[in-house]
Amino acid sequence: MTKHTYSYYPGCSGQGTSMEYERSTRAVCEAVGINLDEIPDWSCCGSTPAHTVDHTLSAALSGRNLGLAAKQGHDCVLTPCPSCLTNLKTAGKHMAESETFKEKVNRLLDEPLETIPDTKSVLQVLFEDLGPDALAKKVARPLKGLKVVTYYGCILTRPPGLMDFDSEENPISMDKLMQAAGAEVLQFPLKTECCGASHGVARRDLVMRLSGKLLDMADSLGADAVVTACPLCQMNLDLRQGQVNSANNASYRLPIFYYTQLLGWALGLPDASLGLDKLCVDPRPALQSISANKEVA
Amino acid sequence: MYQELQRAPHTPSGLFTRAQNIPFAASRQQTPNRLPYAGMPSGDVMQVVNLTNSPDKTFMDRVMEESGQTISLCYQCGNCTASCPYTFGFDIPVSQVMRLLQTGQKETVLSSSSIWLCASCTSCTTRCPNNIDVAKVMDVLRHEARREGFVKERRVKAFFDSFLDSVRSHGRVFEMGLMVDYIRKTGRFWTDMELGPKMLPKGKLAFKPHNIQGRDAIARIFERFEKEGS
Amino acid sequence: MRIGVFICHCGSNIEGTVDTAEVSRIARDYPEVAFATDTMYACSEPGQDGIIEAIGEHKLDGVVVASCTPRMHEATFRNTLERAGLNPYMFEMANIREHVSWIGKDREANTNKAADLVRMAVEKLRRNQPLIAKEFDINRRVLVIGGGVAGIQAALDCADAGLEVVMVERESTIGGKMAKLDKTFPTVDCSSCILGPRMVEIAQHPNITLYACSEVDGVSGYVGNFSVKIKKKARYVDWDKCTGCGECVEKCPSRKAPNTFDEKIGPGRAINIPFPQAIPKKATINAEYCIKLTKGKCGTCEKICPSNAIDFQQQDEIITEEVGAVVAATGYDLFDWTVYEEYGGGRYPDVITSLQYERLLSASGPTGGHVKRPSDGKEPKNVVFIQCVGSRDKSVGRPYCSGFCCMYTAKQAILTKDHIPDSTSYVFYMDIRAPGKLYDEFTRRAMEEYGAQYIRGRVAMVYPDGKGNMIVRGADTLMGRQVEVQADLVVLAVGVESAKNSPQLAEKLRISYDSYGFFMEGHPKLKPCETNTAGVYLAGACQGPKDIPASVAQGSAAASKVIGLFSKEKLKSDPQTANVDIKRCIGCGKCVLTCPFGAIKEVDFRGQPKAEVIETVCQGCGICSSTCPQGAIQLRHFTDNQILAEVEAICRF
Repeated sequence: MTKHTYSYYPGCSGQGTSMEYERSTRAVCEAVGINLDEIPDWSCCGSTPAHTVDHTLSAALSGRNLGLAAKQGHDCVLTPCPSCLTNLKTAGKHMAESETFKEKVNRLLDEPLETIPDTKSVLQVLFEDLGPDALAKKVARPLKGLKVVTYYGCILTRPPGLMDFDSEENPISMDKLMQAAGAEVLQFPLKTECCGASHGVARRDLVMRLSGKLLDMADSLGADAVVTACPLCQMNLDLRQGQVNSANNASYRLPIFYYTQLLGWALGLPDASLGLDKLCVDPRPALQSISANKEVA
Repeated sequence: MYQELQRAPHTPSGLFTRAQNIPFAASRQQTPNRLPYAGMPSGDVMQVVNLTNSPDKTFMDRVMEESGQTISLCYQCGNCTASCPYTFGFDIPVSQVMRLLQTGQKETVLSSSSIWLCASCTSCTTRCPNNIDVAKVMDVLRHEARREGFVKERRVKAFFDSFLDSVRSHGRVFEMGLMVDYIRKTGRFWTDMELGPKMLPKGKLAFKPHNIQGRDAIARIFERFEKEGS
Repeated sequence: MRIGVFICHCGSNIEGTVDTAEVSRIARDYPEVAFATDTMYACSEPGQDGIIEAIGEHKLDGVVVASCTPRMHEATFRNTLERAGLNPYMFEMANIREHVSWIGKDREANTNKAADLVRMAVEKLRRNQPLIAKEFDINRRVLVIGGGVAGIQAALDCADAGLEVVMVERESTIGGKMAKLDKTFPTVDCSSCILGPRMVEIAQHPNITLYACSEVDGVSGYVGNFSVKIKKKARYVDWDKCTGCGECVEKCPSRKAPNTFDEKIGPGRAINIPFPQAIPKKATINAEYCIKLTKGKCGTCEKICPSNAIDFQQQDEIITEEVGAVVAATGYDLFDWTVYEEYGGGRYPDVITSLQYERLLSASGPTGGHVKRPSDGKEPKNVVFIQCVGSRDKSVGRPYCSGFCCMYTAKQAILTKDHIPDSTSYVFYMDIRAPGKLYDEFTRRAMEEYGAQYIRGRVAMVYPDGKGNMIVRGADTLMGRQVEVQADLVVLAVGVESAKNSPQLAEKLRISYDSYGFFMEGHPKLKPCETNTAGVYLAGACQGPKDIPASVAQGSAAASKVIGLFSKEKLKSDPQTANVDIKRCIGCGKCVLTCPFGAIKEVDFRGQPKAEVIETVCQGCGICSSTCPQGAIQLRHFTDNQILAEVEAICRF
């Protein structure tokens, strides 16, 4: 793969609660030759709250970032966060399809948006540009013996007409990357079921039930870990795992990795660049089991 | 096992009941799930719906225009309700929201919890056999509810508002500030208190906001939106 | 010329928005119009008598009727003229109903437009010539394409009426979908018990020639005289020698071949006889899986066959049959349900189609009629049926109702209880469509007597619970709740779509098909088994989803049409055909190439190449006349002069 430079939109949570996702994404992209050119002075996309208030407002908040990205001159914007991606894509698509809507959005912006850049998830680029085969060749520490389930979350591939990537019901991109990294991927039937999303604060009961269901399924399949691609999913399953346990009278101890962390680990990148210490549920036993398996082999 | 897990208690210690914490507890009282008319006194639940006079045509047209969706395409197969991960928590299942829209029952729809609990996961949109973007319709109903002053799920709205206030002030979300503001808005002091000790030592919660240079530009987006509307 | 003009009221259909009296008054001033009047119903008996009287009284030699579409009544009025002694082509029709009164409300504007349309008709009629139909012989043999229950019915009815029948069947046996069924609704009688004898009749009937494992390769000719090329596909077994003993099937070592008759849930063999009652009961080799044909090794069947019937050298063979009529009875196929990833997309062995379930229920099926689920052979206790998988679903491009799934699902729920008394069936449905005789009673029985749980709502997803069962998550819209069922087996009522390659066959037969590949009937109400191509008829689900009684009825209906057609001494050809002006023709051959019916041939005329129209083949489409650079080919009754006269009539201003 030739070195390719993309505009990069990290998303707010990458600066805080999902800093390990941000860190490992950068580390993996660096290692496989994907240049990430951060959008200068990017701002929040508005996330779910903005589109629940108004679609024009939401598109304007995303639109500012699309405008800044367009000035960078790269052909595509990448973001690791599915929620940001949905907002950027929705804004771009809606503006491209409706001149009236575009005008309404531009009335809210300091600088009207003319060209609308393409947007993709980092996962899509890793899967399509790099691909599992090329990745497998770079693997230094195979995740041998690590049984994982892949959890894509609800909006990474849905709705299909908007996201235009992988399958909306049975996505396989992360599965393939994890397999290329040497992990054993168990068939997880709830790949795109919702974890409770942003209701953790205001209606935690919803998250307890939905994330509980996901953890229960992963646990009963015998997974050593869950692999995610979404900061909100990861937070609900990892940070709130204790809450889920007490609410559901359960005792899951499932590490919840960002897929970039495991890819980075397989590529042999230093732990510090992957933020493994930022995970709430201790990932060390799972990772140690890989080393142990390796020794046995 | 999930049948047993109905409505797990979500106050961490049990010391504080919801009524003590929420000033508007009375109005937020959980309506038993299956009443077709959320918020309606229970004696009126089986009230006859007058289909001659009650349909609000203006409302129906506005929802269709803003969402770009044709509500009459819905043939009530229930796939959205079957798909929706939140149906267990809804007071009106999403297929019935669509039905109420078809019959123009504005107040019933806008005073429901469901429209606030929808997390835009797009399961409904993805599986609708008639290609209706149901999640977008739900979004538009929240817009309408805000405009018309219906807020069944005050905490959900408070969270959204705190989030956007944070974006407006700093250009990006300041997570700690967002939580403080949410607690101030709702009086729910103990919200996620136990998570702090998990995050703080890992350096995942900043104490100071990151103010972007263009924060004024963001503020201006909000100002113009408020002035012009959409 | 003395022209009579009749303006029809069509009750209030036309008179409601057109001043017909005024139109007839205006028409009196048109050239050569000798008589004009308005009339209540021109097509009624008194209406037609009025026309005949006027022809006699006013010595008319041409008639214009302004009324409805010519598709409705042109033939009616041509007959009227004939009865009055005029040539039927000295008639023109102005459509002032569909083209005027039904589409506009302004009475004055409508009246003016109607008068203009009448003027066009008059101008055309002034240039009409009497035309005389030619007569030709009929070949009283009929081709039936497809050996399912509809084709079987059509073939037997024709054969019993003394006609020679050629039946072509794509598969190696006739019987179609019905042969795969265990029982039939609403009587729950054994499918093979009622179909089997009819299949045997096909094999034994002296008037029927059966080509199984064959396809129609090409069709030429015209009503009464079709020539059909039939491809007999290589089956690598000499069927004249094969006795159907089945020893080869038992010994064949290639066991990965799909068993298409068992809908791929039973074990397959590269050499196979589909089922014990197959007609013809002959072995066929699946070349894709045969070890000898793919790798050159094996040949076990060849060694073992007691009658030396195996022939690895066999090739496809094309034969020609001459027939006078064709019945298309190609049936349907099942929608490829694997696009429903939310139901597993084919990943879960215990999610099967209704037709597969039918094989599990059938005594001749892979489990000998004991219901065992594919994954582990366990007898299922909770069986979930999901309706409308690939029906009434725009998101997968299948918005139509497949019609009979509600009924067979009720039947399968009943049979499940019969097979497994301690089982429960759950049926997720949107609406129950049971409008046939005893049908609704039947679905009620499934619920009332057999305890089937009917749940009104679609299913969102089916997934394994990790403990060996499937979770079916759906909605009960009547309760207004999400529901889940722990299922041992999930049966999908997969929708009906047109048989594979239907459009290609339709093009060979020169008949129309709809956007889903179903063949178009001649008229949705009045010509349900005719097509718009003379001599080609439809039977069964190739025209649209149909259950067994409807397919059988249409099979008989198509047969009666063929018998009616063949009961005539001779057929008359439509004289509205193309005609070459030999002086102007330069022999460029463009018309020969462009004619979709192969109705123009090149002939030698005093050393010059010239085009010549075969009148009985020409369908009068007019493509040749618009292609001819010299204007040498004219379509009779639609000549350039006639059409230009109409244009001028309407563009006078």
